Amino acid sequence: MTAPPDDCLARNEWICGEYVRSRRHILFDAVLQHVELTGASVLIALVVAVPLAVLARRWGWAAAPVLAVTTVLYTIPSLAMFSLLLPFYGLSAALVVAGLVLYSLTLLVRNILAGLRAVPEETRQAARGMGYGPLRLLLTVELPLALPAAMAGLRIATVSAVSLVTVGAIVGFGGLGNLIYAGMNTYFKAQVLTASVLCVVIAVAADLLLLAVQRLITPWTRTRRG
Amino acid sequence: MKTLDDTWNWLADSAHWAGDDGIWHRLAQHLVLTVVCLVVSCLIALPVAFVLGHLGKGGVLAVNISNVGRAVPTFAVLVLLLLTPVGAWGEGPTVVALVLFAVPPLLTNAYVGMREVDRDVVRAARGMGMTGRQTLFRVELPLSLPLVLNGVRIAAVQLVATATIAALAGGGGLGRIITAGFNLASTPQVVAGALLVAGFALIVEGIFETVERLALRRTRGAP
Repeated sequence: MTAPPDDCLARNEWICGEYVRSRRHILFDAVLQHVELTGASVLIALVVAVPLAVLARRWGWAAAPVLAVTTVLYTIPSLAMFSLLLPFYGLSAALVVAGLVLYSLTLLVRNILAGLRAVPEETRQAARGMGYGPLRLLLTVELPLALPAAMAGLRIATVSAVSLVTVGAIVGFGGLGNLIYAGMNTYFKAQVLTASVLCVVIAVAADLLLLAVQRLITPWTRTRRG
Repeated sequence: MKTLDDTWNWLADSAHWAGDDGIWHRLAQHLVLTVVCLVVSCLIALPVAFVLGHLGKGGVLAVNISNVGRAVPTFAVLVLLLLTPVGAWGEGPTVVALVLFAVPPLLTNAYVGMREVDRDVVRAARGMGMTGRQTLFRVELPLSLPLVLNGVRIAAVQLVATATIAALAGGGGLGRIITAGFNLASTPQVVAGALLVAGFALIVEGIFETVERLALRRTRGAP
C-alpha cells in the first residue's frame, strides 16, 4: 500500500490548487448550474415584472396592492420560501427557480414602477402633443426613461439571486451551494472556500456585465454626466 | 388540499410544541438570536454611521458595504465560519454571521439619513451657535430618524432570514424545524416550519413598520 500523498488536500487546507485542478469538472458543472438557475429566474421575473409595473402605473389603484404583496414576499426568508413551494414543485430545480422568481419580481416591480413614476409629466405631455398614442408613448418614451431605475433593480435582483441560489442546496439544486453543503458535512475546507469565492465572483461578474449593458442601452445618461 | 390538512395536523399536535426540538423552544431561540444580534449590530453600526455622516466622510464605504453584503451568500459565510475555530463555540458562527449581515443595511441607511438632512438646517444650527455635538444630537439625529429606523427594519428582517438559514449549518432557531423536516422527508413538517418562519418574519416586519410610521408622524408633527 502506498503512503497517502502529503498535499494540501490531505492536510485539508483552505486554499488548495490541487483541489481546483482535480475537481475542475465538478466545479464547472456547479458554476454552470448556478448561472442557469440565476439566469432562468431573473429572466422569468423580468418578463413578468414589466407588464405588472406598467399595469400598476396605468391603474393607480393597483399599485398599492401590488407593492404590498411584493413586500410580503420579500420579507419571507429564502429557506421558508423554498419550503413553502415544496408541495407544488417537489425536490426540483423548478422549486429553486420559482422561489428566486418571487424575490427578483419584488425588486424589479418596485424599481420599474419607481422609474415609470419618475418620468416627468411635461415629457409625457410633449409626446402626447406630438401625436404619440398610449402604446407608442409607453414603448418609446416612458420605458426608455425608466431604464436606469429598472437596470438598477435588475442588478440588485441578479446579485441577490446569485447569493440565494446557494440555499437551494437544501433540495439538491443549489449550484455552488451543493458543494458548500457537501463540504460542510465532510469538513472539506478547500471545497467550501473555493465554492464561496466562485459565488462572489459570479455575482460581481454579473453585476459588471449588467452595468456594461446599462451603459450601452442608455447612452444619454453618459453624455449628460459629461 | 392534502398537504394543507397534514400541515395543520402537524401544527395541532401538541407533542411538536414541547421539548428541546419543539416549536416553543425553537421560537425562543430565534427570538433571542434576532433581538441580541440586532442590539449588537446597532451598537456597532449606528455610532460609526452617525460619526461618518456628521463628518461627511467615508461615504463610499458606507454606501457600498450594502452592495458587498448582498453579493456574499449568507449560507457560504455560515459554513466558512463553522469550519473556523469560531465553529467550536456553539452558536458562534450564527451570531457572527447574523451581525455581519445586519451591519451593512444599518450603516448605509443611517449614513444616507444623516447626509440627507437639509444642509441649510445644519448651517442654521451652526449659525445659532450650536456645537458639533449639539448639531449631531439635536438636529441631525432627529431628522435622520426615519431613514435610520428604515435601516433597523431591513436589518431585523435580514436577521430573521439569516437565523433561518443558520439551521442549514447546524444553528438553532425555527429553521431547524424545516431542516429536520427535510431530513425526515416530511413535507407537512417542512411546510409547517416554513409557515412559522414566514409568520415570524412578517410579524417582525409589521412591528418595525408600525414603529417607523409612529416615528415619522412624530418627526413631521413636531413644530
